Amino acid sequence: MKSEHEKVIDEYAEKLPEFMLREVKESIPATISKSDLSKVMEVIVASYIAARVNPGECVGLVGAQSIGEPGTQMTLNTFHFAGVSEMNVTTGLPRIIEIFDARKDIKTPMMEIFLKAPHNTNIEQLKKFAAKIKETTFGELASEYSLNIFDQVLTVKLNKMLLDDYGLSAKELAKTIKAKVKGFGVESSGEEITLTKSTKAEELKDLYNIKEKIKDFKITGTKGIKQVLPVKRGEEYIILTSGTNLKDILSQPEVDASRTNSNDIVEVYEVLGIEAGRQAIINEVYKVIDAQGLNIDIRHIMMVADIMCANGEVKGVTRYGVVKEKASVLARASFETPIKHLINAALEGEVDHLTSVVENVMVNQPVPLGTGLPGLVTKIK
Amino acid sequence: MVEAASAKIVTPELYDREGYPVDGGLMDLRLGVIDPGLVCKTDGLKLKESLGHFGYIELARPVIHIKFVRQILDLLRSTCKACGRILIPEEKVKRYAAMLNKSSEDEGLEARRRKVKEIVAKYKVKDKCPHCNAKQDKIKIEKPYNFYEGEVRLSPIEVRARLEKISEEEVLLFGFSPEHFRPEWMVLTVLQIPPVTMRPSITLESGERSEDDLTHKLGDIVRINQRLFENINAGAPEVIIEDLWDLLQYHVTTFFDNEVAQLPPARHRGGQPLKTLTERIKSKEGRIRHNLAGKRTDFSARTVISPDPMIGLNEVGVPLSIAMQLTVPEKVTEWSKEYLRKLVENGPKKYPGANYIIKPNGRRKTITDETKDEILEELSEEYIVERHLIDGDVALFNRQPSLHRMSMMCHQVKVLPGNTFRLNPAVCNPYNADFDGDEMNLHIPQNEEARAEARILMLVETQIISPRYGLSVVGCIHDAITGNYLLTKELVFNRNEACDLLYSCGVEDLSSLPHKEKIDGKEVFSILLPKDFNFLGEDKSGNQVKIVNGMLKTGVMDKSNLGQESGLMLRNIYERYGSSFTADLLGKISKLGIAVLTRRGFTIGAGDLDLLEETKEEINNAIKKAEDEALKLIDEFYAGKLQALPGRTVAETLELRILEALNRARNKSGDIAVRQVRESSALTMAKCGSRGNPLNIAQMTAIVGQQALRGKRIETGFKGRTLSYFKRNDLSPKARGFIRNNFKTGLTPSEFFFGAMTGRDALMDTALRTPKSGYLYRRLSNAMQDLKVVYDGSVRDASGRIVQFAYGEDGLDVSKTKNGVVDVKEITQQVLGEK
Repeated sequence: MKSEHEKVIDEYAEKLPEFMLREVKESIPATISKSDLSKVMEVIVASYIAARVNPGECVGLVGAQSIGEPGTQMTLNTFHFAGVSEMNVTTGLPRIIEIFDARKDIKTPMMEIFLKAPHNTNIEQLKKFAAKIKETTFGELASEYSLNIFDQVLTVKLNKMLLDDYGLSAKELAKTIKAKVKGFGVESSGEEITLTKSTKAEELKDLYNIKEKIKDFKITGTKGIKQVLPVKRGEEYIILTSGTNLKDILSQPEVDASRTNSNDIVEVYEVLGIEAGRQAIINEVYKVIDAQGLNIDIRHIMMVADIMCANGEVKGVTRYGVVKEKASVLARASFETPIKHLINAALEGEVDHLTSVVENVMVNQPVPLGTGLPGLVTKIK
Repeated sequence: MVEAASAKIVTPELYDREGYPVDGGLMDLRLGVIDPGLVCKTDGLKLKESLGHFGYIELARPVIHIKFVRQILDLLRSTCKACGRILIPEEKVKRYAAMLNKSSEDEGLEARRRKVKEIVAKYKVKDKCPHCNAKQDKIKIEKPYNFYEGEVRLSPIEVRARLEKISEEEVLLFGFSPEHFRPEWMVLTVLQIPPVTMRPSITLESGERSEDDLTHKLGDIVRINQRLFENINAGAPEVIIEDLWDLLQYHVTTFFDNEVAQLPPARHRGGQPLKTLTERIKSKEGRIRHNLAGKRTDFSARTVISPDPMIGLNEVGVPLSIAMQLTVPEKVTEWSKEYLRKLVENGPKKYPGANYIIKPNGRRKTITDETKDEILEELSEEYIVERHLIDGDVALFNRQPSLHRMSMMCHQVKVLPGNTFRLNPAVCNPYNADFDGDEMNLHIPQNEEARAEARILMLVETQIISPRYGLSVVGCIHDAITGNYLLTKELVFNRNEACDLLYSCGVEDLSSLPHKEKIDGKEVFSILLPKDFNFLGEDKSGNQVKIVNGMLKTGVMDKSNLGQESGLMLRNIYERYGSSFTADLLGKISKLGIAVLTRRGFTIGAGDLDLLEETKEEINNAIKKAEDEALKLIDEFYAGKLQALPGRTVAETLELRILEALNRARNKSGDIAVRQVRESSALTMAKCGSRGNPLNIAQMTAIVGQQALRGKRIETGFKGRTLSYFKRNDLSPKARGFIRNNFKTGLTPSEFFFGAMTGRDALMDTALRTPKSGYLYRRLSNAMQDLKVVYDGSVRDASGRIVQFAYGEDGLDVSKTKNGVVDVKEITQQVLGEK
């Protein structure tokens, strides 16, 4: 790219969006003459202007239609093997609904963890790291329980192989359990842990209860990471997890924080902020739509993501989220729970300025969109 | 309320003995009129002119308004029983007020009220008013509307007295508006009576009157109220008064809401619950969604649709009988006088005629044989004639569900014989219509503004490019694709045939047809293209399609260029030559395709699916091999030799590997079948994309394949087996839903059953999906309907809040782009190429 070409192109910086300038710079042949280039630029600017949206265009509704219409074509199958055959992912319509609801507890939370340079190619190191972050409970390590009701003693045999894998010893386990259990003496010997009831109580059930309780004790790993799976992605290895904990994972030194991602949009928003939350919505929706082989322009998805994030926090497209934000009582009442909205309006003395669509439909007026937007201003003599 | 009322209601009786509304009754003439011939006493207007007026009842004792119970409870709990001040110490009030103002801005007023409660709860511990040191008791509520302080019941009178004490500033603190609202108003002393026009009575055939539910309810209220008055005046014992009071409370409550959780709903004599105020407003059938947000329209028609490839893309065929009932108003002017006169002369029974005239004074007159002469006499300028639909009129055409804006487009009327709407098969796709009995609606715009808007913004040709993805939504379908495919692929004509073909699809200028004896299909097709059109693309199988100067040089025309949702060729033509040219061209191409097929002949039969003996053999071998492989895997599994895949159990691994092997076999035999099936119509259709795909053919000729439920082989059914026909724990392919036969030879009973299982699963899936996606769409459209692009290019909502600074970050309209982009490279090439 010659610098004089660049100059010519940069003159149009005001008129074209940045990415188009970049595209022109990349695609223009090097041999082009200056006059030809400006001719080309004129045509490009003209076609850009011709393709711009008209003022008054009801882009929101078009976006809603563009996403709603192919909704009927999406599969309902909750569990589908998508991409990685080893792990279940929620796809299709249920996933879309989940995202647009901005649900806090999604069905299949997942993370893609990228690691920094030395770790991402060495499979051994990667596996070690994976084992480190996986949430392991005591129950997983135990192989056998024996309850001695007469003496009120619970003996737990541990799985030696697993212990070695995690680099743990029975002693350490006993320590963690001791810290959390009251009323029991905890001792370890070899691969066994013995819990003895210190107080003499009549409840026989206590012993059983404690057995169930210690099963859930977290021994190692990061909270919420239920399953880890190293996968080869291109040249490097990454870790897929089921269960998410973005905050803790990102703080691990081995993790490449710039690429690691979670599919829980609310979590992404809480950890990384609203801009990241918006991008997460767009990415997640696009992933589903792409997997279904549907063709929906990214702008429509952006529109939804933007309205969900417009207030600085992720709000679902529900009566508690986006719709509640509306200024108009009638618009809210026409969606869901009309009585509630009408009563509150009465208490607060709300005024409806009839600036949006439904209100105007209700009072039989043209809606202020499209050709209904412009008005005439005349001087009255 | 009393001031706004025009009548005080004192008697539960409705009519006197002559059937005339009683003064002071619920049907009082001062509240409006619902009977013909009577005059409203308040405004002197007649039926349908008077809007009706409110009345009122003075309640003998106050009652609580059911819809405000929660607010009353909150207020009672948060304020002092003695001085009525809020239970927050003086010095802290200001600080909290600022905090609350902020929260109400952020989260709305409901959050604010919740916060007030929380704060008060914090100070509640003291049990003492910080202002007057009076002791506070706990206020409890016994649903739905009884308040208790400690153990003592608070009567509505006491509740009201408490609420009266709350000062205006503190009302504001709670997030209520003191200008519009006083807390004590939540306890009713006067009940507003809605106008009779809101609760009309129906006169049955027998002459009996049947009153509206609301009137019934109001009657109850008035009756009890009167009794309560009488008892109080007569000094009846407190118990009786209390009972009546409770009854009054019940009736007033059910008047507002008949679905209160703890109350038995008030019923008709027949036992069916009354529909009172809340039920009238609520839900899909309620006032808001049914009557206010949804409207009904005149000048519309609905009937079955059927295809007609011979009418234009922009046209709709309207049956004569409908055309003679739907009308368009046309003003009589100097220029239209003669022509409208003729229509009036024809009258309503002869097409094209007219049904009504509207006089300058707004009166409407029906044209009949008797009135015709008179009307012709007086017809002059300023009159409006409502004439029949004629060719070229503007109509809106719609098919439900209206999921996107292309579900309602503008067509030009073409009046045709028959009883169905006719439409060009190419526009089936945007409407998602087929002709298995679908019905569609037609609306006729009635004024110039509506017609202009419909024609300019909604005409079919302006909607060719979908705003969803920036490609064409209309395109050739079925026979039209097949025809063009065969034409451009293999057919050769002599000159006469070629001329005949082209002429039949509307081409009149045949001068550019090459002067040769034999003309091949590509040349015939090229005649339709504009002479300066260049295009480079791919056909369905990935071969190059090249059009140079309006001549199809290489490649065939199939779905990927002619069809909907793909066709870059159509997209390019649209961009260069405009919408009407594209619509016209599309019509010609469709007609050409169909004309080719009608002359060549095209048929499909069972014979198309015959396979050669050796092909059958080959397929059988492939399947056999896969089955053996599966059996081997099963053996390995039982022998414990099978290696588990990472993250899977051995059993899961087995399932996956069997599934994989069988699917591989299906695909392979499908390939073999498609490769070796003789050149048949079925294959042609699959190849050019007009109908069916290679998989369908493979299923008919070779093998149906593994049936899968939830991504797995079939497992459910009996204990340890799918059907009682198989042995327990049989993991072999045939026992788990593998269909090794094809549709032509037929399925075994167990195979048929497996097929039915997946078939039903698919059916259920669709049935469950439709309402879910419908609700998603409703929510989305409700949330986003007021977003628009304003003049500065930013996207804002109805209150002016900016949602995007530039639409889609670059301000491009998807329906004006090619699949979402402005192709810089192509423009560059074009500009440089022209030089």
